[in-house]
Amino acid sequence: MLFQLEKKLEPSKFMLIITPIAAVFLTMFLGALIFTILGYDGLGAVKEIFLTPIINSLKWQDLAVKAAPLIIIGVGLSIGYRANVWNIGAEGQYIVGGLAATGVALLTHDMSGWWLLPLMAIAGILGGMAWVFIPALLRTKLKVNEILTTLMLTYVAVQLLNFLIFGPWKSPTAYGQPQTVLFNDSQILPYIIKGTIVQAGAPIAIIIAIIAWLFMSRSVFGFAVKTVGTAPNAARYGGFSANKTIWITLLIGGGLAGLAGMLEVAGPFNRMVPQFPTGYGFTAIIVAFLGRLHPIGVMIAGIVLAITFVGGEVAQTTIGLPNAAVGLFQALMLFLLLASDVLIRYNIKRVRVKKA
Amino acid sequence: MNIDLTIAIIITMIGASTPLLLAALGELVVEKSGVLNLGVEGMMLTGAVVGFAVTYTTGNPWLGIVAAAIAGMAASMIFAFLTLSLSSNQVATGLALTIFGTGFSSLFGQPYTGKPIQLFKSIFPDYLTDHPILRVFFGYSPLVYFSLFMVFAVWWFLQKTRAGLILRAVGENDFSAHSIGYSVLGVRYGAVAFGGAMAGIAGSCFPLILTPQWVEGLTGGRGWIALALVVFSAWKPTRLLAGAYLFGLIATMELYAKAAGGAFRILPSEIWASLPYLATIIVLVLISIRRSANSSAPACLGKPFIPSN
Repeated sequence: MLFQLEKKLEPSKFMLIITPIAAVFLTMFLGALIFTILGYDGLGAVKEIFLTPIINSLKWQDLAVKAAPLIIIGVGLSIGYRANVWNIGAEGQYIVGGLAATGVALLTHDMSGWWLLPLMAIAGILGGMAWVFIPALLRTKLKVNEILTTLMLTYVAVQLLNFLIFGPWKSPTAYGQPQTVLFNDSQILPYIIKGTIVQAGAPIAIIIAIIAWLFMSRSVFGFAVKTVGTAPNAARYGGFSANKTIWITLLIGGGLAGLAGMLEVAGPFNRMVPQFPTGYGFTAIIVAFLGRLHPIGVMIAGIVLAITFVGGEVAQTTIGLPNAAVGLFQALMLFLLLASDVLIRYNIKRVRVKKA
Repeated sequence: MNIDLTIAIIITMIGASTPLLLAALGELVVEKSGVLNLGVEGMMLTGAVVGFAVTYTTGNPWLGIVAAAIAGMAASMIFAFLTLSLSSNQVATGLALTIFGTGFSSLFGQPYTGKPIQLFKSIFPDYLTDHPILRVFFGYSPLVYFSLFMVFAVWWFLQKTRAGLILRAVGENDFSAHSIGYSVLGVRYGAVAFGGAMAGIAGSCFPLILTPQWVEGLTGGRGWIALALVVFSAWKPTRLLAGAYLFGLIATMELYAKAAGGAFRILPSEIWASLPYLATIIVLVLISIRRSANSSAPACLGKPFIPSN
């Protein structure tokens, strides 16, 4: 053996912060290399995906639109991951949150008033929570692994979406298109910056990240979550209930994913369509890890991932890079981040090969 | 129910079960060595797209299967290096592998969308494969017989060989295995590579024996169901066979419900399509009720191991 891992006395704070940044830059470097080998314009791809969205100010509004749901879902997931609660079905909770908000919008379609949007938001949150309720119940009562149950329910959520928009919720005026009617004016999020496509989702995402930060760093519950995750035995001695932590973290994750669903359907979509599951729930997993499970980190990571989405669209039109390439860049980023994790907890020591 | 329909259902069921069985057998060996690789879905997609591409280009499904196994194994090595050599979090790394496989397969598969290949059919003589009764034994792709052989092979390896014993020891008590001089990481690398190859072959089943074309995300969560099957089987290959065929039957019901109409039409097709996923949850619940949680899981499952001198 040439190298050996040696546990550090304390996890390195410096490495915790520097490694995600290093992972992003290494992704750009390796990505350029890999895509050049694959026969694409590697350097061009990296430039369009990572730099154009930042340099071109016309793209900033797209960044805000894409980052908002990623941050909202990512913040929720990161709280659970802190406690070793692995909800990976946020995509399903996002869909059902969107559906619940749509349900309210359809019921109140001939009404107007300022209260419609808050009502839809509550419905969205409750929808997301409802979808995570079963995994939470099964995990706490029967110790059924939440990784599999939350993911399985995502596939069921897609079927529920199809059933509703191909069936009872199909708009009579959409020429057979499987979609609902357009929401009315009081059911669509207001634009917060005139002349742009930035709606209320973006400021809500920032507020949620800040609240989560205060909640995790200042409250007893935040402390309990971190303790249950890192030292379950100490948490038990301290009187923190593991089951209560699972319940609350899952409901927060599901609720926030549901809220993101409401903000999307009442925002960019304006109606429920088959294309509603955009994969935000899965990308938010990368966001949570890249943000080091810290709400402010998640906010920054959400913007980084939004850059890759917006940049991916740019690269598709300018240099003909397939959209799927973005997914590969994102996966590469997560791999490199996980690889660099070793530097936080271990020293890498060189050892001589022993001769027998 | 008439005999023709029964036989047709059995044949469809066994076809639909085969990828599940292969992927779950691979993961069973991985977990027996103490590693939890959640990247099965990603390795299956990688195997599926590479298997399709090679079969399409060469016209030879055997080459396609070998390529799929190599591709799945290559993908699994990313996971192995991160989790074993760099001791990264196994849950997160497995998820990353699935995200990677999804991205890789949709990028790599793009030029192949809409292009047809031949189904990899039975290699027995026609009078056996077309015989109304005997086709229930002879009417399958070689991949199906391979999966059944692997049930036996995995059982035999784990229970009857010295290497299998060492692998189980590594999964049950890594420190003891290490102290008597076995290479814990070496065994785990081998197990993960085997799991990757099996998942790759499992992925190639989709274009080769189910639908002869490349469709993005064609595995539809089967890799995750395979993970659930391993829990369901209590880490026993023979029970895995029963579990996989049960799920194949449920998936088959969806197809027949769509075709049959009548009484099946009462339920919307979306309910039938949800059934495999709901059944997975129900099965997980039943297992937890029946036995005290995870009593049969390998003791070191998911725990990192850092060798020391």
